[in-house]
Amino acid sequence: MTPYIREKKSFGFEDIPENTAFEAGYLVTVNSGWRNIRPVVNAEKCVGCMQCYLYCPDGVISVKNGKAEIDYNFCKGCGICSKICKPNAIEMEDER
Amino acid sequence: MPKKFLSGDEAFAEGVRLAKPDVISAYPITPQTIVVERLSEMVEDGSLDAEFIHVESEHSALSCAIGASAAGVRAFTATSSQGLLYMAECLTYASGGRFPIVMMNANRSTALPWNIYGDQRDSLSLLDSGWIQAYAENAQESLDLALMSFYIAENEKVSTPFMVNLDGFTVTHTYEEADVPEASAAENFLPPYRTENKLDLESPKNMAFSAGPEHNYIFKYKEHRAMLEAVSVIEEAERKFAEIFGRSYTGLIEEYLTEDADFVIVTLGSIAGLCRETADKLRAAGKKVGVVRIRYMRPFPASQLAAALKNAKAAAVLEKDISFGNEGAVFSEVNSALFRYGTFIPTYNFIGGLGGRNISASDIESIFEAMEKGLSEKINFIGIGGERQ
Repeated sequence: MTPYIREKKSFGFEDIPENTAFEAGYLVTVNSGWRNIRPVVNAEKCVGCMQCYLYCPDGVISVKNGKAEIDYNFCKGCGICSKICKPNAIEMEDER
Repeated sequence: MPKKFLSGDEAFAEGVRLAKPDVISAYPITPQTIVVERLSEMVEDGSLDAEFIHVESEHSALSCAIGASAAGVRAFTATSSQGLLYMAECLTYASGGRFPIVMMNANRSTALPWNIYGDQRDSLSLLDSGWIQAYAENAQESLDLALMSFYIAENEKVSTPFMVNLDGFTVTHTYEEADVPEASAAENFLPPYRTENKLDLESPKNMAFSAGPEHNYIFKYKEHRAMLEAVSVIEEAERKFAEIFGRSYTGLIEEYLTEDADFVIVTLGSIAGLCRETADKLRAAGKKVGVVRIRYMRPFPASQLAAALKNAKAAAVLEKDISFGNEGAVFSEVNSALFRYGTFIPTYNFIGGLGGRNISASDIESIFEAMEKGLSEKINFIGIGGERQ
C-alpha cells in the first residue's frame, strides 16, 4: 500500500483531458484551506495499525517506518482519524 | 428488409435491439413505457443480450447508465416529462463525463396541471444540459435515429450523450409501416463501442473528479467543442446509413420547398408532416410557401437555418413550447441564428399543441396566411391570439 504520488505539473489547454478521466490519484491543486484543526500524530503512541489510513475519507494518510503520516496539503481536518485511533495517538490541534 | 407495422415506441425498441446495448436501465413512464416493455421482453426471450437493470427512479436509471458507460460498455435509457426532469441532475454528469449514453425521450407536457400528452417543454427546457438533441418525425425515423444516435454519440471526437425525442402519442403510439433492418446490416453500420474513457484495472483512473476554477472552464470549452464536432459526424453517419440501408437523411435540418419560398414555417417533430401537406395544398393554389423541420436542436443548426431562410420574406416558428415570461425557446434560438448570420427577415412565433392540444391543418394554413398579410403580434398563441389580446 503506497501513498498517492502527486507531482505538481502545470496543465495547459492541450494537457487537460477531453473527459473527466485521468491517471488515478492525480491531484493538481493543494486543497487544505478548509481546515481549522489539524491531526497531529504522536509517534510514540502510534502502533502502525493503519485504521486511520482505512478511515481517512480523503486518502491523505500513509504509513512510513511503521507510523502514520499525514499529508497536510490535502487533509481537510475532519478528525475521523483522531476518533478512530485506539491508542489515542492522533490529537487535533488548532490551526494557527 | 422486412417491413413491420410498428408504433414509434416499438420501432425505437427495434432500433435499440439492433444497436445491441450491453446495459439498459430505465423506469417506465407514459408515453415511453412501451419502449421499456419491449426491451425487457427482448432481453427475456434472448433476442437481445443485455443486462436489464430494474431501477426505482429515473435519477437511478441515468445514474446506472452512467456507471455502465464508465465501465466501458454501451448503455441505453429512456424516459419522458417528469422522469426527464427528475433525472436532470444526472444529465450533466453524463455530458460532463463525456459518456455517450443514448436516451429516448417521449416528449410530454410537464406538470402542473398534470397531463400525459405531448408537447416539447420537457426536453426544450434542458437544451443546456450538454446532450445532443434530435427530434424524430415518425416511426421509421425513430428506429433509424436509435441506430444512428449510438454511432454519433460514440464517435471518439464527439463522446457526448444523445437524447432522441419522439412526440408523445403522435409518434410514440401511432402505428406505421417501418423497415426493420437485418441484424447483419446493423452490425456493418454500428461498430462495437470502444473507449479509453472507462474504469480499467490495467490502467487505473480517477473518474468524475472535481476541477477548480482554473481548469473547469477548459473542460467546459472542450465539451462545447465536442458537441460542434457532432455536426460532421452526423453527416458521416447519415452517409454510411444511406449506403447500407438505402434511406437518406438531411442533417441538422430538413427543407421542404424552401428554395423559392416567400413564407416558411420552421418547426420540429411530428407536426412537420402536416405543415408539408398544407404547403403542398397552398403551392397548388400558387402560394410560394415552404417548411423547415429542425431535426437537431443540439448542436443547433444556426448557419443552416440562416441559409435556408435567406431568401424568404418571412418565417414563422411553430412550436409546442413556451418559455414563460419570454417566448417559445425555439423562436429565440432561430432568431439568434438569423441575427448571427445576417438573415434579417420578419419572424413570428406560433405556440400551440401544449398538453397535447391538436394543431389542425387550418391552423397551419392560417399561419402561412398571417405571414403573407403581416402580423402586428410577434408572439401568437394558436386558438388564443396575440400576446396582448
